[in-house]
Amino acid sequence: MVRVTHGPVDMQVFTCLLFFMQDMDKVFKALADPSRRRLLDLLYATNGQTLGELCEHLDMTRQAVTQHLTVLEAANLVAVVWRGREKRHFLNPVPLQEIYDRWIEKFERGRLSALRELKRNLEGWDDDEQE
Amino acid sequence: MNKSSFVYVIYIRTTPEKLWDALLKPEFTRQYWFGVTQESRWTPGAAWKMVLPDGTTADTGEILEIEKPKHIVIRWRNEFRPELQAEGFSVCRIELEPAEGGTVRLSIRHESDMPGSKLIEAVSGGWPKVLSSLKSLLESGTPLGEIGAHGKAK
Repeated sequence: MVRVTHGPVDMQVFTCLLFFMQDMDKVFKALADPSRRRLLDLLYATNGQTLGELCEHLDMTRQAVTQHLTVLEAANLVAVVWRGREKRHFLNPVPLQEIYDRWIEKFERGRLSALRELKRNLEGWDDDEQE
Repeated sequence: MNKSSFVYVIYIRTTPEKLWDALLKPEFTRQYWFGVTQESRWTPGAAWKMVLPDGTTADTGEILEIEKPKHIVIRWRNEFRPELQAEGFSVCRIELEPAEGGTVRLSIRHESDMPGSKLIEAVSGGWPKVLSSLKSLLESGTPLGEIGAHGKAK
């Protein structure tokens, strides 16, 4: 339902949604490329790899891998930690969790409440018994 | 180097001070961290523990470093799963840095000297969910669990 009210709380929710969409665009764009998904799989298998280690498994130039890592970093799907002079790459699953919360769990919840509704109708509960 | 380590990063539109309170104070953590609270005097060397909603002590440890509102380092051991307790202590490093666009970059690095640590594996399932819910609470005023409990997002 669309609520047409103008208050500080509604503005806060709106701004929050707007920023969320911008963050999510970056994540979905980063995930749209098969080489970048392959990089995430490699980090899932062994977290904290250096550029050199990642290149060993890929049929790409070092420069191309660097560019893909930059896109993944900008989308916050990869976090970098310096250990001395070594730059180590870690898979950051937090944006994937946000996708789950926004795009998967929400729809799953709808399906579950639809089933609950069906059960309620079939079994003939009334609203008072429900709560 | 065969350490087990995980790194989590999230950008939250808030101030370091608000985020600091949200990470430490029970009235906040209870809302987004599955009802969990922490007990500590929050000074270097102070004891630290994490308590589940039913009063069970989940983890214990010690504050190694603390600088408000920038970083906290906690020596951390699980207490309620014997196989995890046997692994001994891990180190959890929490850092807050102001970032672009009025956001704060919160990073959590949880490491154990044990290769293939089950504790690190166990916490790795929890951190993303907790952080996503924390972000939701600070940015929109509603933690994720609460949206679920009411049956629909407002």
